[in-house]
Amino acid sequence: MTTTADGPNTALKTKRGFIARSWDFALELWRVLTRPSSVFALGTLVLAGFVAGVIFWGGFNTALEITNTEKFCTGCHEMKDNVFAELKSTIHFSNRSGVRATCPDCHVPHNWTDKIARKMQASKEVWGKIFGTINTREKFQDHRLELAAHEWARFKANDSLECRNCHSADSMDITKQSPRASVAHQRFLFTKEKTCIDCHKGIAHQLPDMRGVPGWQ
Amino acid sequence: MMNRFGIALLAFAVAAGASSLTAQTVTSGLRGPAPLNDEGPAPPILPNRNTAEREVRNYPEQPPVIPHTIDGYQIDLNGNKCLSCHARARTAESQAPMVSITHFMDRDGQFLASISPRRFFCTECHVPQSTANPPVSNDFTDIDTLLSRSSPGGRR
Repeated sequence: MTTTADGPNTALKTKRGFIARSWDFALELWRVLTRPSSVFALGTLVLAGFVAGVIFWGGFNTALEITNTEKFCTGCHEMKDNVFAELKSTIHFSNRSGVRATCPDCHVPHNWTDKIARKMQASKEVWGKIFGTINTREKFQDHRLELAAHEWARFKANDSLECRNCHSADSMDITKQSPRASVAHQRFLFTKEKTCIDCHKGIAHQLPDMRGVPGWQ
Repeated sequence: MMNRFGIALLAFAVAAGASSLTAQTVTSGLRGPAPLNDEGPAPPILPNRNTAEREVRNYPEQPPVIPHTIDGYQIDLNGNKCLSCHARARTAESQAPMVSITHFMDRDGQFLASISPRRFFCTECHVPQSTANPPVSNDFTDIDTLLSRSSPGGRR
């Protein structure tokens, strides 16, 4: 009787022993962490904490900013051969004053919390990159309406914030605009009836099939 | 000796003739004062007219010219930026002239519900206007001016 029960019993014992040992370790770690330090001086701890904080935070933010550059965006051929190639002929790339917009200027919110939120959404784009959702021109064309609709919805929801980061309605001198532009901006922009993206679609990239999009035929 | 002198004379004459040819300037409206064997500087590209005012047509059938700039306007299978303002349903908001009713006709003269595909590509007929001065003047006279002459058809 005892010999037959011996096998599984010892296995159970070692298993329980492992869990128990892990629990003991966690408990001990908690005790060490909650106990005042008896080895390091308070100054050392504060300084080490500060330095570690600078390194971790600085590293995180540097990595974040690296993903926020045009070089990073166009590192993928999906971006380089499609949207970036299309941007080059538009006024946001080449113009009289040489001031130009890079990818994140329009596609990533500038303030920190919104930027992090957008970066988390972008994990979907990493998924798309891994599984080759738009890895040919044809696939990209097929998805163009969906991709554009996401951006239009985002601009509509935040009142074209990324446009307004550079183009302020308050600083617009309508006397310097063409008569058509000045009339349209006074009627629709200044009255807040419309936001930038309502009229200015397809200004930096080519348009998808516009059938059914409001204001288009 | 005489023969060699003759060759030298000939060579001199040819050189003189060639240099006088190159030095010669032919002033033409299109070329400007650049010599015939030179490219000459390219004239600056002038901006297009950019107003909202219609231009008079030179004859009734003339496709109206575009008085404003159309830089970056996409007109292709996916969309037509012009129609964002000039389509029938958009004219109330834009106050732009509606595309002519003839553009709704197919080639058999049947009216369609929307712009006929053969009239979809606006810039095939309608063009924006450069502000450059034409280097060659144009003495086109429209029909109203001709009809108002005392002896019809003839120049006074």
